[in-house]
Amino acid sequence: MRTDRIGGSPNRVGGIGRVTGSQQYVADIRLQDALQVKLVTLDCAHARIISIDTSAAEQVPGVRLVMTAADLPQPVPRFGPQFSDRPILAVGETKYPGEPVAAVAAETKDAAEEAARLVKVEYEELPAIFSVAAALDPGAVLVQDSALRPNDPLAGTNVLREHRFGWADVEATKADLVVENTYSFPMVTHFAIEPHAFMAAPDGDGIAIWSSIQHPNWLQKIIAQILGLPLAKVRVFAPDPGGGFGGKQHAKLEPLVAFIALRTGRPARVILTLDETFQAVRRTSAEVRVRTGFMSDGTLVFQDVEADYLVGAYADIADRVVSKGSYPACGPYRVPAARIVSRSILSHTTPSTAFRGFGNPQVNWAVESNIDEGARALGIDRLEIRLRNLARKGEAFIPFDTPADGDWEQTVRRAAELIGWGTPLQPGRGRGVALGIKSGPTTGLSYATVRLLADGSVVVYAGTSDMGQGARTVFAQIAAEELGAPLEWITIVMGDTAVVPYDQQTSASRSTVLMGNAVLRACRDVQAKLRTMAARLHGIDEADIVVDRGVVRLPDRELPIIDVLKPGLGALGGELIGNGEMRKDAEPDHPLSGSAAFFEFNCTAIEADVDEGTGDIVLVRHVTVSDVGKALNPLQVTMQDEGAAIMGLGHTLMEHYIFDDKGRIRNLGAIDYRIPTSMDLPLELVSAIVENADGPGPYGSKGMSEGALLCVAPAVAAAVRDATGVVIRDLPLTPERVWRALRDRSKP
Amino acid sequence: MSEMIQTVPIELTVNGRRRALEVAVHHTLLDVLRDDLELTGTKECCLVGECGACTVSLDGRIVDSCLVLAVEADGAQVTTVEGLAAVDGHLSPLQQAFLDKGAVQCGFCIPGQLLSAQALLAENPHPTVPEIQEGLAGNLCRCACYQQITEAVLATAEGADR
Repeated sequence: MRTDRIGGSPNRVGGIGRVTGSQQYVADIRLQDALQVKLVTLDCAHARIISIDTSAAEQVPGVRLVMTAADLPQPVPRFGPQFSDRPILAVGETKYPGEPVAAVAAETKDAAEEAARLVKVEYEELPAIFSVAAALDPGAVLVQDSALRPNDPLAGTNVLREHRFGWADVEATKADLVVENTYSFPMVTHFAIEPHAFMAAPDGDGIAIWSSIQHPNWLQKIIAQILGLPLAKVRVFAPDPGGGFGGKQHAKLEPLVAFIALRTGRPARVILTLDETFQAVRRTSAEVRVRTGFMSDGTLVFQDVEADYLVGAYADIADRVVSKGSYPACGPYRVPAARIVSRSILSHTTPSTAFRGFGNPQVNWAVESNIDEGARALGIDRLEIRLRNLARKGEAFIPFDTPADGDWEQTVRRAAELIGWGTPLQPGRGRGVALGIKSGPTTGLSYATVRLLADGSVVVYAGTSDMGQGARTVFAQIAAEELGAPLEWITIVMGDTAVVPYDQQTSASRSTVLMGNAVLRACRDVQAKLRTMAARLHGIDEADIVVDRGVVRLPDRELPIIDVLKPGLGALGGELIGNGEMRKDAEPDHPLSGSAAFFEFNCTAIEADVDEGTGDIVLVRHVTVSDVGKALNPLQVTMQDEGAAIMGLGHTLMEHYIFDDKGRIRNLGAIDYRIPTSMDLPLELVSAIVENADGPGPYGSKGMSEGALLCVAPAVAAAVRDATGVVIRDLPLTPERVWRALRDRSKP
Repeated sequence: MSEMIQTVPIELTVNGRRRALEVAVHHTLLDVLRDDLELTGTKECCLVGECGACTVSLDGRIVDSCLVLAVEADGAQVTTVEGLAAVDGHLSPLQQAFLDKGAVQCGFCIPGQLLSAQALLAENPHPTVPEIQEGLAGNLCRCACYQQITEAVLATAEGADR
C-alpha cells in the first residue's frame, strides 16, 4: 500500500517548515511599520476605575497612542460567541486580574512597555468572588451588570445559566444501593506553547487581521459586526496555531488591535506573554455532586448529577461548555433514570473557555469515580460493572440522541487486556479503569474547494485550522486517494478568509469528519467532471464510466486520471474545479439544539505505584484505547491520543491555579505552574485503537482528538485507591494531597 | 527609538554567518535573534527559562536565549534551528527522524527540542531512554509528543553508527 493514501502514515504536511524554523506563526510575521502594543492591567480581581491618566505615558518617545475605553465608540462595543458581554477595554470596572483597562501602541516594544507602566489608573478595589460558594451567597456582589441581562430571571444572581437534562423520574426508582459524593475539578490553563498573538492592519477600505485563532470565520463575523463592515472587507489571516486545545477558539484581543490599527492608520501587533495567557484563558473548574443508584447486581438504576461550573467574569463559550459537557453526564451506560442539573456560575476570575474535552472531564471525574465506589460497596469487579451497564451498538442510551455508534465493549476489553486486568499485582500497586464519552459536534458547516490542475497536481482549500492535529495531512491523503496525485503534488491552503471558503470552526474533533467529508465531496465533484470529460473524449455514455480512487474506468480499460485530464483540457490547459459542502443542521427541539455527529469513546486503564512516604504516584502503565472508526493516518491518531492522555495527566496529577486573597494567580507562569514534561510520563504509555469503519467521516472515520483525555483522572484515582485504600475526591492528586490522605488513613 | 536606551556594538557568528550589530544593553539574545536578525525560528514563550522554546546553541553549549543578554553573546558562535539543515536544504538526520517518527505536531516547541536533542547526542552519542527524557526535560511540549521525540533521538543515535 502506498503510504500517502488513506490508512498510511506519511510525514506531516507542513512538517518541514516545523523542523527548519521556516513555519511562520503569527508572532513571526513582520508587517512593515507595525506598532507594538502593550496592555495596561490592574493588580486585583475587581475594581472600580476612578480615572486614567495617560499624560506621562504619552510623553515616552515613540508612543503613538494610549487607548482607553473613552477612545472607543460609545457605548463601548461588547462581543462574545454566546453573549455579547466582553467589552473591548474595561468599562467602569475590571472584573478579573489581567483585564485590560488601556493599551499603549508605540514604535518599539521597549517604549510600549515603559509607557504601559506609566499609565496611572486610580481605582478602588471592590469585593470579589473566586469560588462557587461565594458566588451563590445571597449577599454576593454581582459579577455581571444586570442591565446587560434584560429579561433574564437569573439577572439578579451570579448564575449565568442553569441547564436541566434527564429522563424518567429519579425519585420513583428503587435502588438497592445509593452512593453520593461530591468531587472537585481544578482551574487549569491551556498553556499552548505559542502564546496568543494578534495583529491588525488597515487594508484598503477594510481591515486585515492576523490571529492564532481556531475559528477564523467566527472572528471575521465578530470584527465585521463591531466595525460595521461587510464580511468581504474583513480579511482574517489565521496561520497555523502553535497549539490551540480550545483556548484559541474565539476572539479575544482582535477587536482591540483592529481599533488601534484604524485609529493610527498603521499595522499593530500584540503578542501576549505566557503569564498574560494564564489570565486570558482557562478551563472551567467544577464542583460536582453525584448520587448514583445501583441494584445489588451492579445494574445502574439512576444518576442524579448536580454540576456547578465556575466560569469567569465573561461568558466566552463557557456556558456552552457547561451544557454540552454535562448533558452526557451519565456516560456510555444504560441508565433508566437521570436528572442532570448544571449551572454556569460567574466569578471574578479569568474567563474560562473551551478546553479539550469541553466540560466532559469535570463530570466524568465525578460519575466514573462514583461508579467505582458503588462497585466496591457491592463487591463487584470494577471492570465488570462497567461492561454490565455499557450501551450496546445502536442502543439509544441517551434518549432522543444519536444511538451508541460503536462496539464499545471491544474498546473496553482491549484496554483490560493491555493493562492485564485481573492478573496478580505487585505489592503496593493498584489498577484503575474508567470510560469516557463525549458528544461530537452538534451542528456543522464546512465548504471545501479542490482544483485539479493541468498536470494532475491538486490544490485543496479548507478553512480548518491545523493547530497540530494534522488536518492538512489528512485532507491531502483524501485528495491523494481520490485524485491519484502523490502527496507531494498536493497543496493545502488554509487560514485566509479572502481565499478559502467558509468553515464554521475547528473544534469538537470535527474536522476529519466534517471538513474531511467536504474535501471528499469536492474531490467527487472533480471526479464527476472527469467522467463527463472521459465520455466526451471516448464517445461513451457517462453511465458506463466510473472515476474512483485515482483512476478512470472505461468499459474496456482503466486509465490514470491524468490520461483523461490532459487531452480533456486540451491546448489551453486550465483545470477542473470541484466544490464540496458538509452540513449538519441544528435540531431546534434537541436540548443542545443538535444531536451528536458521533461520539468519542475511550477506555483508560492505569497501573500505579504510590510512594507511601512522599505521596508520589508512579504510573507504571497507562493504557488508552479509543474507538476511532477508521484511522486515516494511524501515526497521527497515536500522537493525538497520547498527547491527550498526557495532557489529562496534567490536571490529574499536577496542574491547578492557586489564588491569593485578591484573586491573583500566585503560580502565574511556567516556573510555578507545572505541566507534564518528559520526566512525568508513565513508565509505559500504551495506546491502541478500535477500527470498525462505522463513523460518519470519510472511509468510516470518527473524530478522535479529545477522547484519551476524558477519563484519565478517575482511572488514576481508582488505581491509587486500589493501591492504598485512600479515596481522594479533589484534583489534582498532588504528592501533598496524597500524602495527607495516607496520613489521615493511618490515624486511629 | 527612545534616546534613553543605551546600545553597544557586538559581533557574533550565527549559523556560520558573521553578524555585526548594535544591540540595546537590556535586550536578550532571543530579542536580537528574532527582532534584529529576523531569525524567527527560535520561539518565545515563557521568558523565564522554563519552557525551552527559545533554546539555541551558544559556543556549543545549550542555553535558553531568553536568559542570555545579547551583549553576553558578543564574539560567540550561535546555532539556531535555521542552521541545522544543510545549505542545500537537506534536513539533518535528527530533523528527518523527527518527521519520520511523528515527533512534530503543532511544531512550536520543535526548534528548541531539536537544539537540545542535538546537544544531547553530541555529548552522549548512545543515550538510553531515561537519559533522553532527562536531557530534554527542559523542553516542554504541550502536544506531548514526548514518546515520539524520544524515538526520534534514539533512531538518530542508532543511525549515526551506520
